[in-house]
Amino acid sequence: MDALIRFVDVSFSYSSDAEHELEALADINLDIDDGEFVAVLGHNGSGKSTLAKHMNALLVPTSGKVYVAGIDTQNAERLWEIRQMVGMVFQNPDNQLVATTVEEDVAFGPENLGVPTPEIHRRVDEALAVVGMSDYRLHSPHQLSGGQKQRVAIAGMIAMRPRCVVLDEPTAMLDPVGRREVMQTVIKLNREEKITIVLITHAMEEAILADRVIVMEEGRIVMTGTPREVFSKVETLAKLRLDVPEITSLANRLRQRGFDQIPNNILTIEEMVNVLCQFG
Amino acid sequence: MAMMKNITIGQYVPGESIVHQLDPRTKILATFLFIALLFLVETFTGYALGALMLFVIVLLSRIPVKFVLRGIRPLMFIIVLTLCLHFFMTEGRVILQIWFLKLTYEGLIRGLMMVSRLILLIIGSSLLTLTTSPILLTDGIESLLKPFRAVGVPAHELAMMMTIALRFIPTLVEETEKIMKAQMARGADFESGNIFHRAKSLIPILIPLFVSAFRRADELAVAMEARGYRGGEGRTRFRVLKFTRRDAAALILVAGLVILVGFCF
Repeated sequence: MDALIRFVDVSFSYSSDAEHELEALADINLDIDDGEFVAVLGHNGSGKSTLAKHMNALLVPTSGKVYVAGIDTQNAERLWEIRQMVGMVFQNPDNQLVATTVEEDVAFGPENLGVPTPEIHRRVDEALAVVGMSDYRLHSPHQLSGGQKQRVAIAGMIAMRPRCVVLDEPTAMLDPVGRREVMQTVIKLNREEKITIVLITHAMEEAILADRVIVMEEGRIVMTGTPREVFSKVETLAKLRLDVPEITSLANRLRQRGFDQIPNNILTIEEMVNVLCQFG
Repeated sequence: MAMMKNITIGQYVPGESIVHQLDPRTKILATFLFIALLFLVETFTGYALGALMLFVIVLLSRIPVKFVLRGIRPLMFIIVLTLCLHFFMTEGRVILQIWFLKLTYEGLIRGLMMVSRLILLIIGSSLLTLTTSPILLTDGIESLLKPFRAVGVPAHELAMMMTIALRFIPTLVEETEKIMKAQMARGADFESGNIFHRAKSLIPILIPLFVSAFRRADELAVAMEARGYRGGEGRTRFRVLKFTRRDAAALILVAGLVILVGFCF
């Protein structure tokens, strides 16, 4: 099966000035399959946001190609098809809501797509139900918490019926409650609505929920694999100035102190509890 | 409509009255007709009839009269100034002289006339914003301007700008408060000193506010693009305005009264 999003030898630089050229992306080759949940990790300036913006043609590669469901993102005529297929949620919950009420904001995408009015109403109801914000439909955005605003932004995407939602550090500006709300919604989208998820993050606890983790550094993909594979490489991650989840790091320190029975790929507290209980 | 209860901008008073339920376009057009009437009539009887019309509408809208009259207060200065200028600057039969100021009969009539016109104008137009939510008002303006798109009136763009402004006013107010508190925590003083001093002390608030507003604008533009926004072309609407028989009746009634009063008095 063809990948939903395919990067072929993609490079990108923000400045066209050859002397000061700084490659934000370099030789990216990447396939994201339908229904997958991919987390992209990397510290600030590693190119992960630039990567995300290539997925719905907000940016187009300087060289190489990006295909979304087989459509070249440089094909200006089919730009809107791509934007409909790949939705995007940004970091700042305030700066992506356009309308003065929740329901109208969710309707913004379908309105742009030219969906007939009765169908828009159906989609708004549905999308708000998926993110659990139906009770807030007449509220105005400034009355909502950060987590709620992000869920409204996600509903705005769902209402466009995308195949993939790209989330660019959606929890970075939220409190712990907001983070949990947003992550639960994201998981629900992937598992129940079968929407492909690309989650850009630097929270390791979020990355372990993914099917696949991609680690970026200076515009390149430096590691890729299941969360278990990636997080077992503590030293490599440390060199990239990335942490592992706290519990993984604890397991590692225990191993260093001679508790060899503890595996190096523990990701959750429950796993740790199980291993420790077997010690007896 | 309960739709916009939570927006506190403007002076909209939520309600379910017949005036509230009219199509915003009806109300905008009726307001324009009423303003035209005010410039047509030249007699006190005419103004009295105009005031009567307004009074009936206020009663129908079930908005407390006190609330409606409050709209005049900010413009009191202009009203008094108009009155004085007409009282003392009009040539004619002198009926009262205080030092060098001569109050003339013509001035008295003219002044009262102008002030009645001004007051009715203020009340008439504030009735529109009192009974129509900002969102519906925006929709109404967009829909009314649409026919003029052919001659270059950017109807959709204007409406979009209004919507975004309405959306971000509370956000920016919140941000202003935050910046003020941050500056106050570092010893900034916004309260003392003369007016120039105080104006100057606003600079450390305005600059961060502007910087952040531009950043917001930039991010919002990207987010809108990501959601498929490409201007008004080919766009459908979530809320569709409905011009009902009731709207037609209201508009015909207002137009009829305006013509009758406007040309008879």
